[in-house]
Amino acid sequence: MKEFMMLFRNEKMEGGEMPSAEQMQAVMSQWQNWIGNIAAQGNYAGTNRLGSEGKTLKPGNVSIDGPYAEVKEMVGGYLIVKANTLDDAIEMAKSCPNLLYGGSVEVRSVLSMDADTTSATFLVEK
Amino acid sequence: MKSNELLPHLFRTEYRKIVSVLCYLFGIEYIEIAEDIASDTFLAAAEMWGMKGLPENPTAWLYTVAKNKTKNYLKHNQLFAQKISQEINQSTYQKEEIEIDLSVKNINDSQLAMIFVVCNPCISEEAQIGLALNLLCGFGVDEIANAFLTTKEVIYKRLQRAKGKLKTQKIKIQQPTCAEINDRLPNVLTTLYLLFNEGYYSNSQNKILRKNFCLEAMRLNYLLVENEITNQPSANALLSLMCFHSSRFDARTNEKDEMILYEDQDEKLWNFELIEKGIFYLNNASKNSVLTKYHIEAGIAFCHTQKEDTPKKWNSILQLYNQLLQIEYSPVIALNRTYALAKANGKQVAIIEAEKLNLINNRFYYSLLGNLYTDLDNTKALHHFQTALTLANSNAEKTTITEKIDKLAANSEKNNS
Repeated sequence: MKEFMMLFRNEKMEGGEMPSAEQMQAVMSQWQNWIGNIAAQGNYAGTNRLGSEGKTLKPGNVSIDGPYAEVKEMVGGYLIVKANTLDDAIEMAKSCPNLLYGGSVEVRSVLSMDADTTSATFLVEK
Repeated sequence: MKSNELLPHLFRTEYRKIVSVLCYLFGIEYIEIAEDIASDTFLAAAEMWGMKGLPENPTAWLYTVAKNKTKNYLKHNQLFAQKISQEINQSTYQKEEIEIDLSVKNINDSQLAMIFVVCNPCISEEAQIGLALNLLCGFGVDEIANAFLTTKEVIYKRLQRAKGKLKTQKIKIQQPTCAEINDRLPNVLTTLYLLFNEGYYSNSQNKILRKNFCLEAMRLNYLLVENEITNQPSANALLSLMCFHSSRFDARTNEKDEMILYEDQDEKLWNFELIEKGIFYLNNASKNSVLTKYHIEAGIAFCHTQKEDTPKKWNSILQLYNQLLQIEYSPVIALNRTYALAKANGKQVAIIEAEKLNLINNRFYYSLLGNLYTDLDNTKALHHFQTALTLANSNAEKTTITEKIDKLAANSEKNNS
């Protein structure tokens, strides 16, 4: 089994109505149920939400407030799953609640450190 | 208490205290000597009390005799006495009287040290439980064999091997340090959890024995909570969990020792004092932000102390299971979660997720599928229950599943007629 990471992006909220506590709970439940479905099959490997404050650093000592300087979207969190192929991971992502709220899910494979490659590179450089 | 009941009762409560104090004093190498002295003490009691009647203070009598027997042993085994004395009084080499301290504090300290000795990952889990039952809880080899549905010889060998291993590893019998706690406490808690499970789920016919296992697991857990170093959130959460589960002990079986399912239990037989205790320890456990699987399991068990069958309750349980699966995966947790999903969001949704689980070697998987398909597709339900029946391994289970099959068959007859 390999690992794949899903990155959840949403448009940053510019104000407007805050959802009610009940709505928040319902959304949370949806997310937890979706992750729970994946975890029930033994395919869960980690998740976190990311805070909305932060900085983006760029070369030349530039630092910009916020994670969403030039693009309107920001990464709200990630989920790592275990699957045999990228297609299997994509299949899991199709029922992600983020897609119901106008967000996106990017699915990427997590590369593991390959002992052979590192030692081969080392030898070549010598 | 009648005099002929008193000694067995005292054996259960005092043997382990005497053994623990002596082991603490002698070290792991001489564990058999500790056991012998403790056993001899009770033999003496059986003889003397039979002839001369009960002493005024039976417990004090036992302690006095144990101390005397130990002093005698030390007198007649000088080398042994010197070795122990060297370990205790590293500065003095004198033949000082070795104090056998049977105060409440030393008894508790000794038992705590022994819990950590016994729950050591260098011996197998079943050996840990066996030793815990024998040394920490005062159960005999016979009783342990009964609970594990095996023979005396198997248990005896298992205990001997385990003690041998502890000796070769030269495990020290000492108060756990703060550093060791973080490392070893999880293992200790697992052993207590498994011990409780033995009592709760054992297929042995002896209901009183099983209940005593649960009580013993709780007593040992209580020792941990009473001691400052081991009074951790996880220990409190586990104790809370055990309280909630045991609150239903009397309602779970009928006079014929058949299993009564949760939804059919008589709430009036639930022990509400234990439920209150569970809430108390769960609150204790939640004082800082540590979250362990025991917290979540206790939370789920707490939900079950309210019998109402609402989607709201089941959604709380579902959310807890979602969290639990993120901390620790197991097929049983996955199955229980799927059941909660069905209760909260309906069978259709749950069936889709259940089919994905694909736990084809797990007998409970088929019971769950049977449950989910009942009233939606009774042919499939029947098929799954029949598979579950072939995999069932206790009479209680077979009875429950057969009842469900009979019910389905009766319904289909009704529909056909």
